[in-house]
Amino acid sequence: MVLWKPDPSFYPSPKMAMKAPPERFGYVVALNYGKGNRPDVVCVVDLDPQSPTYSQVINTLELPYVGDELHHFGWNACSSALCPYAPHPHLERRYLIVPGIRSSRIYVIDTKPDPIRPRIVKVIEPQEVMSKSGYSRPHTVHCGPDAIYISALGSADGDGPGGIFLLDHFSFEVIGPWEIYRGSQELAYDFWWHLAEDVMVTSEWAKPSQFENGLVPQDLLANKYGHQIHFWDLRKRRIIQTIDIGAENQMLLELRPAHEPTRVYGFAGVVVSTKDLSSSIWLWYRENNKWQIKKVITIPPVPASESDLPPILKPFGAVPPLVTDINLSLDDRFLYVSCWGTGQLHQYDVSNPFEPKLVGKVEIGGIVSRKGHPKGGESLSGGPQMVEISRDGRRVYFTNSLYSTWDDQFYPDGLEGWMVKAIAEPGGGLKLDPDFFVYFGQTRPHQVRLEGGDASADSFCYPSYPS
Amino acid sequence: MLLLILSVTLLTPPDWVGPWVVVVALGVYHGLNPGMGWLFALSLGLQQRSEKAIWLSLFPIALGHAVSLALVAFMVVVGLYFVSLNLLELFTAAILLAFAVYRLFNYYRHPRWVGMKVGMRDLFLWSFLMASAHGAGLMVAPVLVNVAGVHSPNHHSMVNLYLPAGVSVLLAVGIHTVSMLVAMGMVAWVVYRKLGLVVLRQRWINFDLIWAIALFVVGGIALVAAVI
Repeated sequence: MVLWKPDPSFYPSPKMAMKAPPERFGYVVALNYGKGNRPDVVCVVDLDPQSPTYSQVINTLELPYVGDELHHFGWNACSSALCPYAPHPHLERRYLIVPGIRSSRIYVIDTKPDPIRPRIVKVIEPQEVMSKSGYSRPHTVHCGPDAIYISALGSADGDGPGGIFLLDHFSFEVIGPWEIYRGSQELAYDFWWHLAEDVMVTSEWAKPSQFENGLVPQDLLANKYGHQIHFWDLRKRRIIQTIDIGAENQMLLELRPAHEPTRVYGFAGVVVSTKDLSSSIWLWYRENNKWQIKKVITIPPVPASESDLPPILKPFGAVPPLVTDINLSLDDRFLYVSCWGTGQLHQYDVSNPFEPKLVGKVEIGGIVSRKGHPKGGESLSGGPQMVEISRDGRRVYFTNSLYSTWDDQFYPDGLEGWMVKAIAEPGGGLKLDPDFFVYFGQTRPHQVRLEGGDASADSFCYPSYPS
Repeated sequence: MLLLILSVTLLTPPDWVGPWVVVVALGVYHGLNPGMGWLFALSLGLQQRSEKAIWLSLFPIALGHAVSLALVAFMVVVGLYFVSLNLLELFTAAILLAFAVYRLFNYYRHPRWVGMKVGMRDLFLWSFLMASAHGAGLMVAPVLVNVAGVHSPNHHSMVNLYLPAGVSVLLAVGIHTVSMLVAMGMVAWVVYRKLGLVVLRQRWINFDLIWAIALFVVGGIALVAAVI
C-alpha cells in the first residue's frame, strides 16, 4: 500500500515518541507447550482501561504448526525508517515478524486492516531460514533503517556459531547472514545498536544443546554459558571488541542501549553468578574510543529452606533472583529489571547510569514467595519475566513464562500463565494495577508488543534536541 | 508547480531562457528531496549540536550530486559527436522513460550504504550514489541535450552561441548544483531553526514516488519535444 505521509507511529526522536497516544491493545505470544499437540498462539490483549473488555484476551491467532516455541518478536518497520542515510518513511508498521525459536520457522503476521484480527500472510519455513541465513533458532527481531535484523542462537547445522541475519523489509525474503568478520564470537542471544554511532552490540546465552532440553546444571557450574559482550562496526559488519565480564557471570542476556542517539551507553542483564547466585546489571560505555563495562547493580539471592525449593535449587539453599529481562524507558530514566526467581520487578532511576537507585518495586509470583495479585488470586506461579514499557513510560506490562523447559525446572509444579500491568509514577514508584490481570491458564505468555511501538521496538536517529 | 514550469518552458518554443529555468527548477526540486541530502546534513547538525556541521556537510553532498550529473553531461556531449541532436533527444527520452518504469516499480528502494558516522568523503560518495541510483542526472539529461545542442541550426540559444557544448553543459550542471545547494541549505536551516523535527512526521510526503513520477513526466515531455 502506498503511503503519502510517514506512518504516524514513526517518531524522529525518543522524546517525541513519548508523546504518542496510549496503546489500546498489545500482542502477546504464548506457548501451548506440552498441551497435547496444540500450536502456539498470538493473543491480542485489550489494554484500554475504558473498554468493557479491558484486561482480556480479545482474539487469539493459532499458528498452523505445532511446537514452534514463540519467544521474541518484532515489527517489520519502526522509527528507524526515518534515518537519513536510508530513509524509508513510507514503510508501514504493520507486520509482526514472529520467529519460532525451537522450529526456526518465521511467521509474518499482518495487523491490518483490523489490528484485533491479525492474519498470517507469509511463513518462512525452517529449511529456507537455515539455508539462506546459515543460522537456526531465530530470536531477537529489530527493525533497522535498511532491513529487518534477526539474531539466531545456532548455526544451520546445530551448535556452530550463532549470529545475525537480515530479512528484506519489503519482500520478507531472507537476505543472508549479516556478519562479514566475527572474530572469535560464537555464542549469541540478544542484539541492539547505537545507530548514531554505527555500533551494534551482541550478547551471549548458550548453544542450543545447552538450553533446548533445559538448563544443564553441570555446564552452568562449569561456567560454560555465555559471559561476553561484543561490539561491532554496524557499517562494516565486523567485530571490533569483545569484553569478557568474568566467567562466573553466567548468561549475559538482554541489551538495552540508551534510546537517545547522543547517549552512548547501555545496560546488560546477567542471569546468575555461580559465585554467589546473585544477578547483576552492567553498564557499557565508551571511554577513549574503547568500550568499557562496569557492574552497576547487584541483586542478591534470597535464602530459603530446602524443602521449599525445586530440585535444581535444593543444593543451594537459596532462590537466585534470575534476572531474565530488563527494559529501559524511552527517556532513558527508568530501568526495569525482572527477577523471575524471587518474583520481583525492580524499577531503578538511572538518570546517572553509573549510580542506579532502586525507586520502585512490585512483588508477584516467585519460586518460593508465590505472591498473589488482587485480581489474580493468591499463590501465583512464575514470576516477572518479559517486561514492556509504554512509550510515555507510565505503564509497564509483564508476563511470567521464561522458556518451556526452563519453566518446568524452576516451577516444577506447573506454571500457569499470566500477564499483569504496573503503573509507574512519573518521578519514580511502581504499583500493580489491581484491575489488570490476564489469566492464560496452561498457556504460557512470553513477549509483549504494544500497539504503535513500545520501549524496545523502535530506534531513533535524531536527538531530542532541540525539540 | 515545478513540473508546471518545466512543462511550460519545455513546450514553449525554446528561447535562451527556457532551458536555464528548467536547470534551476530541477536543482531546487532535487534539493527539496529529503533523500538527496538535506535531511542527512540536518541530522549531523543535530547530533553534533552544531549548525556549522549542517553547512559543512551540504558541500560534499552537493559535490557528489554534481559529479553524478557531470557524468551524464559528459555522455551527452560525447553522444552529440556520434549522433544527430534529434536522435540524441529521442535516445535520452527513451532511456529516461525506461528508467522511470524501473523506478516506478522500485521507487521505495534505496542503495544500502554508509551509516550515521560519516566524513566528507563518505558524504560525497553517498550523494554520488544516491543521485546516480535515483537517476538525478537522467532527469536533467533532456535539458542538458538542449543546452549542448549548440551546433544544431534549429536551436537558437544566446548562451550557447558563445560557448562550446562542453562548457555550456558544465555550466548547466554548476547552476543546477548551486540551486540544489541553496534549496537544501534553506530547508535544513528552516527545519533546524524554526520548524523542528515534527515536520518529518507531518510534512514528509512520499518524495520517492513523486520522484518516479517526475522521471516519467520529464521523459514524456522530452519525447514529445524530440518528436515535434
